Amino acid sequence: MKNNFMLFLIILILSIVSSYLLPWWAIAVIAFFAAFFIGKTPGQSFLSGFGAVFIAWVALSLLKSIPNDHILASRVVQLFPLPNNWIWLLLVTGFIGGLVGGMAALSGLLMKRAFGK
Amino acid sequence: MKSVKAFLSVAITVALVWALNTKFGSVPPVGAFLNPSTGFWQNAENKHFTATENLNLTGLLDKVTIRYDEHRIPHIFAKNDHDLYYAQGFITAYDRLWEMDIQTRQAAGRLSEVIGPKALDIDRYHRRMGVVYGAENTLRGMMKNPVSNMMVRAYTDGVNNYIHSLAPKDYPIEFKLLDYAPEDWKPINCAFLLKLMSETLAGGSDQFAMTNNLKRFGAGTVNDLFPDYPFFENPIIPVGTKWDFKPLPIPKPSAGFMAQMTESIRTKEIMPGIGSNNWVIGSNKSATGYPILANDPHLNLTFPSIWYQVQMSSPTVNVYGVSLPGAPGVVIGYNQHISWGVTNVDADVLDWYQVKFKDKTKNEYWYNKQWNKVKKRVEVITIRGEKPLIDTVLYTHHGPVVYDDAAQKPKDGKENIPVGDALRWIAHDESDEFMCFYLLNRGKNYADYRKALTYYTAPAQNFIFASNDKDIAITPNGKLPLKFKDQGKFVLDGSDPANDWQGWIPAGENPTVKNPPRGFVSSANQSSTDPSYPYYINWRFELPYRAERINNKLSAMKNATVDSMRIMQMDNYSMLAQDVLPAMLKYLDPSKMDKEQLTAFDTLKKWDKHYAENSVGASIFDTWWDSFYAMVWEDKFDVKGTILKYPSFDRTEKLLLTEPGSKWFDNAKTPVKETCADIVNHSFYNSVNQLVHQHGQPGAKWQWGIVKKTYINHLAKLPGFGTGDFPAGGRGGVINALRNGKGPSWRMVVQMGPTVKGYGIFPGGESGNPGSFYYQDMFETWRDGKLNELLFLKSADESSGRIISTLTLSSK
Repeated sequence: MKNNFMLFLIILILSIVSSYLLPWWAIAVIAFFAAFFIGKTPGQSFLSGFGAVFIAWVALSLLKSIPNDHILASRVVQLFPLPNNWIWLLLVTGFIGGLVGGMAALSGLLMKRAFGK
Repeated sequence: MKSVKAFLSVAITVALVWALNTKFGSVPPVGAFLNPSTGFWQNAENKHFTATENLNLTGLLDKVTIRYDEHRIPHIFAKNDHDLYYAQGFITAYDRLWEMDIQTRQAAGRLSEVIGPKALDIDRYHRRMGVVYGAENTLRGMMKNPVSNMMVRAYTDGVNNYIHSLAPKDYPIEFKLLDYAPEDWKPINCAFLLKLMSETLAGGSDQFAMTNNLKRFGAGTVNDLFPDYPFFENPIIPVGTKWDFKPLPIPKPSAGFMAQMTESIRTKEIMPGIGSNNWVIGSNKSATGYPILANDPHLNLTFPSIWYQVQMSSPTVNVYGVSLPGAPGVVIGYNQHISWGVTNVDADVLDWYQVKFKDKTKNEYWYNKQWNKVKKRVEVITIRGEKPLIDTVLYTHHGPVVYDDAAQKPKDGKENIPVGDALRWIAHDESDEFMCFYLLNRGKNYADYRKALTYYTAPAQNFIFASNDKDIAITPNGKLPLKFKDQGKFVLDGSDPANDWQGWIPAGENPTVKNPPRGFVSSANQSSTDPSYPYYINWRFELPYRAERINNKLSAMKNATVDSMRIMQMDNYSMLAQDVLPAMLKYLDPSKMDKEQLTAFDTLKKWDKHYAENSVGASIFDTWWDSFYAMVWEDKFDVKGTILKYPSFDRTEKLLLTEPGSKWFDNAKTPVKETCADIVNHSFYNSVNQLVHQHGQPGAKWQWGIVKKTYINHLAKLPGFGTGDFPAGGRGGVINALRNGKGPSWRMVVQMGPTVKGYGIFPGGESGNPGSFYYQDMFETWRDGKLNELLFLKSADESSGRIISTLTLSSK
């Protein structure tokens, strides 16, 4: 249980830290190697990667959007085929990040199983 | 097996990341756009801002202080002119970088570079119209003048220092949506902006349609239906004003005056019924004893606005007004000595010349009884995701042959461009407009105003003026070609030198009037002068409805205040309705009407002729007049396979009021012979049917504010980035000419006096960022017809409760 949570925590922290320094897709590299080294099962890795990046992206977005009273998100959401509420844009943002994080973590774990010790 | 699964998973992940980082068609790269660290969330501005900020920049000579007021309007205080224009470039880019980029791209024919093949037709249009050629010439003119040169270079430097300070996460949101990066600003971009204004205000043409009219109906009918001076008119320069100069000899009309019709294509007509107003009342009409100036230029309304408010101060100047993002200086505004404003003149400065080529190689053309060399200009259009398009444009001495064969025209091309004709356009000429604004910004009196105007080329504007010396004046001004009467009403024969522009009307002989006895000056795009003016400017101008109303009101005005001017800018009274409605109602017979028609009839009888937001009468009259106008002319002028110009509202009015037996009322497509009464009645029934069909039974849903669509779109028409439809009064042809997405783009009133006070508003906000609290903070004030008192600071350290933050730029 503890280790399960470790993977989630490491991806979460590194995703947040890297967001200020590296391109957005660095989350894929982070999740991949984190799962490669400490991932346990495919399911656990995918969920940790998905959950960690989902939460990181939602939190980072809110950090910008709350002091903005969500005026930008409320406009931008109308560009997407989504209900007219900024919350949906936030969820899609989290989902897209989560999907990349989850797939990358899953890939890291499967690579370990295939080639690791 | 394990490795297959692993590789598959890696491949899917890599493909996913790639797909999320790639633009598909008009869909932005979703991952790049949505991620919180570099995507659009970064454009969300914090409502808490820092009250003081310092930046160190290269290229500045000294310290610049920029104080922002409660609408985030910058008040720039520089220690020298170089730094002033540098700072203007810097802060304008800060608020409007994408607008500056996309507008210059549009003018330069470089949209395809970022948008892809979709924009190719627009790009080719600009290239082939010679916009780049014209901008190059203008740039040459500006750079020759040390003052304009300094302004343009300093401004460019300021813009570029801002661009270089940006990381990709800071790019305006539109760059992220369209997936491209801002490029360095170049001095020619300032010229492109002027070309864009020329295209908007002096780029329309009905010569081709008029030529077709002439072919179809003959000279007699054309002269009757398309007179050179309207039935009703109230010219800008009051009738009776003396021309205090001896005019140059007027060129003789050429032998072949009229060119052959070329072939059938569709057209972009000059849009009637939109336009701008300006007026000044002299000291005798003003409550304070000092003149009051008002100006509301009407243009396409967009977010971000076409205007950017700014106060600019240095040891040589202290001026407030609106600027065009991308151009140094203030275009419309005031200082503590003078104020000025502009409306469009609509001079004929764009003419088509039929070209006769020697053979299919099109290397030579016939002119002045000999074969002359055609110049070729190669335009390379870079297209995103495709190979560049190389387009060769032929130039005669007149200018570019915009389409030398029909295949070059876009299939759905709606521009009014005859195939095989060369374009002579003022926008191609060397010019130096910024010098005009440089001098106006610093103007102290009437003489300074007159001097400034001599530097202005295009698009010609009615420059209105007021000073603290209590002088008032107006000058339809620009570089105007010297022509014979009606030269350019029709397509011209390009082989005859007599059809060329024969020089220029001397700048000092442009129509002008100072302190006329009537105590005010005004313009609303109508005829510059009455027919006594010795030179030819154009045969058609905007119709005089707004002008008539303005002059009526101003003539009666006494003890006027800023608020009298503000109320006038919002005036919705229709002169057209005043002229025609009583006559039209007389033709109707209520005994033959059904219930809905009767209701409409009664409403119209009671209507006060104001296009107010809640007016039902306005909706009925408007629909009725449109229907009447169409029924009179459509069967003769809407002819498949050719493009014809409809007679004006003014001419239609004359027909209705003075020629009820005219043959033009007869619909050629019916066996019976219709009369004026038939058309008035039919069009009334039609329009009531139409309103019932579209808006239900007569009632609140017929209110003008609902029937008329009014909206402000984002420049790229992005949903959610504009206002959506909002109810509003106004109409083309009334002072408050607000309709669809067009209308007063800036309303300004300036009270002259020991302390000059300005009031103004534009629809939108200073910031171009939809994530800013200043993106549309002025919209509602504008919509409600109110003005903000403009903050004019006398010095950098004058205290004001309206200042909310200060930005200091220092030399690195």
